[in-house]
Amino acid sequence: MKFVQNIFDQTRPLVEKDGKRNIFYPLHNAIETMAFVPNHTAHSGAHVRDAIDLKRTMVTVIFAMVPALLFGMWNIGRLHYGAFGEESTLIDNFLFGALKMLPLITVTYAAGLGVEIFFAWKRNHAVNEGFLVSGLLIPMIMPVDIPLWMVAVSTIFAVLIGKEVFGGTGMNLLNPALTARAFAFFAYPTWMSGDQVWINTKGEEGAQLVDGYSGATAMGDLATTVGQGMDNPATNAVMAEFGADGTYSLLNAFLGLIPGSIGETSALLILLGGLFLVFKGVGSWRIMLSFFIGGLVMAGIFNLFAVNEFMGLNPIHQLMLGGFMFGMVFMATDPVSASQTETGKYIYGFLAGFFGIMIRVFNPAYPEGIMLAILFMNVMAPLIDHYVVEANIKRRAKRLANA
Amino acid sequence: MSQSFKIRKGHNIKLVGDAPKNDLGNVSSTTYAVSPLDFPGITPKLAVKAGEKVQAGDVLFFDKDRPEVKICSPVSGEVAEVKRGAKRKILQVVVLADSAITYASHGSFDLKSGDRGTAADHFAKTGVGALITSRPYGVVAGMSEEPRDIFVNGVQSGPLAGDLAYQIEGKDAEIAAAIEALALMTTGKVYVSQDADAPSIAALNHEKATSLTFSGKHPKGLVGSQIAQAAPINKGDIVWTVNAIDLPIIGRAFLKGEYAPQYKVVVAGSKITKPGYATITQGANLASFIGSHVNTDNTRIIAGDVLTGTQIEATGFLSFGQSQITAIPEGNQTEFFGWVLPGFGKFSTNRAFWAWLFPNRKYDLDTNLHGEERAFVVTGEYDKFIPMDIFPQQLLRSILIGDIEKMEQLGIYEVVPEDFALAEVACTSKLPLQEIVRNGLNDLRKEMI
Repeated sequence: MKFVQNIFDQTRPLVEKDGKRNIFYPLHNAIETMAFVPNHTAHSGAHVRDAIDLKRTMVTVIFAMVPALLFGMWNIGRLHYGAFGEESTLIDNFLFGALKMLPLITVTYAAGLGVEIFFAWKRNHAVNEGFLVSGLLIPMIMPVDIPLWMVAVSTIFAVLIGKEVFGGTGMNLLNPALTARAFAFFAYPTWMSGDQVWINTKGEEGAQLVDGYSGATAMGDLATTVGQGMDNPATNAVMAEFGADGTYSLLNAFLGLIPGSIGETSALLILLGGLFLVFKGVGSWRIMLSFFIGGLVMAGIFNLFAVNEFMGLNPIHQLMLGGFMFGMVFMATDPVSASQTETGKYIYGFLAGFFGIMIRVFNPAYPEGIMLAILFMNVMAPLIDHYVVEANIKRRAKRLANA
Repeated sequence: MSQSFKIRKGHNIKLVGDAPKNDLGNVSSTTYAVSPLDFPGITPKLAVKAGEKVQAGDVLFFDKDRPEVKICSPVSGEVAEVKRGAKRKILQVVVLADSAITYASHGSFDLKSGDRGTAADHFAKTGVGALITSRPYGVVAGMSEEPRDIFVNGVQSGPLAGDLAYQIEGKDAEIAAAIEALALMTTGKVYVSQDADAPSIAALNHEKATSLTFSGKHPKGLVGSQIAQAAPINKGDIVWTVNAIDLPIIGRAFLKGEYAPQYKVVVAGSKITKPGYATITQGANLASFIGSHVNTDNTRIIAGDVLTGTQIEATGFLSFGQSQITAIPEGNQTEFFGWVLPGFGKFSTNRAFWAWLFPNRKYDLDTNLHGEERAFVVTGEYDKFIPMDIFPQQLLRSILIGDIEKMEQLGIYEVVPEDFALAEVACTSKLPLQEIVRNGLNDLRKEMI
């Protein structure tokens, strides 16, 4: 690998402090440190160091996302061909989805890393690895048909306002990926909700959709039942879809064979990623577990006092739909925007799951309650930590008083 | 009376190059050096000039603010040189040693009739007072302060640590005298800790001391963890700490009035060609010893262990208070895609690598950082290595923003830099935790005095 190293060595003078192309230093540094773990040695404190670094942590998260991502690609193709009533093989579905997904991923990384690199250059530090994960999360929580420029604008907004204004990676209050989605959701609502955007039905053939075809999501359909009361014949058709043979059956929802944001439909594969994160010690099991319990408790309460079909949905089924699982595994666990104390993580996770289901069911205009709940808890996390730390401070003060 | 504790948080870093109980003999040297930089918390003022004759135990320099803190010459001879750095900062006082060491006699001390005042005086004038560390701040103890308790640390659990029983064997009388002398200095307790996972050392059991035993993982051998378990430090408390390996030196100063800071130094690490134990006087020039015992090709030589020791040159001197010499490879090589490859053989406390599946594997670690410095991102990481009731990351943040009140509230009085050493090793963001804590303690001390 000497020749690769030589390329970096030869180009480095150009980008260093007095070089002509100094603005490219962060980019040069980012690529070089990605290719080669640097030869830096310990010069203060401990003389030996752990092999772990932020790149390793982040790439572990990316590995955990891959199954859900690949499934999402395949699902795009499956839904697309299904909408036109065409036969398709696994490969057809996957290729179709990959072709839809790759531009989304590329645009997100380009837009986000552009902002990151600019700030790294301005602030004279290296590019942080955090966006490696955010940049893959953002396309996974977008509807397939969203225009690329909207993704780019949302990403730039998220990195700029969600992260850099606070000081960059490690200082941000909000989860950047969710900030991007929230921005898109409020700025371009017609592209982010309804029954037109979740399945790719654009193009000349758009007119040839199979009869009675609906492109809505489970959340959208459930929202129509609100205000209709329980066991109302008007909602029977919708609720049949949630029965054992329906489109949104528990099994389909668990496997992910339903429309939705690209990466968030398959509870099974997301859970697999979650288990991997917990196994690798990268994701917080405290947050995931308490998030799940929080959601379950809220869904259980709704189920007990159901006045409409949405509330009456089986709690487990409720949790398998929408962004709940994805939020639990990949969004709420972001270490920077989550609660930072171990005790705080239980509280944070529980409330995020709890509020997620509450918002979703009480305000069907926001089917993506999970996103809003996690963002809300991101803001509340420092407060939770404050009280957890305050307890420690009080304990210490008490010890002093008794001494 | 004995109390037992188990340390559950922490990690034993297992390195190759263990030292067998192999006597490498006496290491003699023509020059000896004492560096003020090895004494946190003192502003050195010279007591000697170049060319002056000194005996072992004569004062070389003392603390400007606390003149009773005296640093004495480890050998007799002639002051050869005072090395200075920028702004005339004193870096080293070098003594050219006599062939036969003569000791300044401070007279033996009658431990039966002695009291705190006379004992304090004896600690100061013989130079052994400098072997005592004072908490909070982790500085050399001043004899005028009255400690709440004194902790003698008889647990050595750091990487490649020596066998304490072997290092202090045959010094029972001195050890007993030292414990009695320390008992005179406090109205509180003298705690003496021992490793519950190693054979008990009878000499450390003394009627005037309270025994503590610690089992489990490193940092059970850090006195900070021991204090946190037995009797945590509160704001306003002063606690002294002494390493058990220094007891024979203190004892000798009280029994004979002589300052003879000599250790059976453990010499270990993968770059050591002849590991074992060598008898070395503190401050000795190690050039010839290192030349014959260490493979110096791209090697880092450390006085102390890999967690808290100080780097020394191949021609350097044994730093004050260090009874371990470690040599490991420098890690100044790049690694192609090291962060994404599986990395089966790599050392890590993090499950993102595989080391946790092989808890007994020994590693030949080098000094590579394995990454670049980053902001705090991962949370809850430091807690796993610090067995105290504190919030490490929040404490570090309060230090970084210079919030003295928060530092106090979060328990900075309970820690010294070495308590953060393991967390620093494990830190994903490669932050210099020990340096941050040292700066915090210095700022706090400046504010308080």
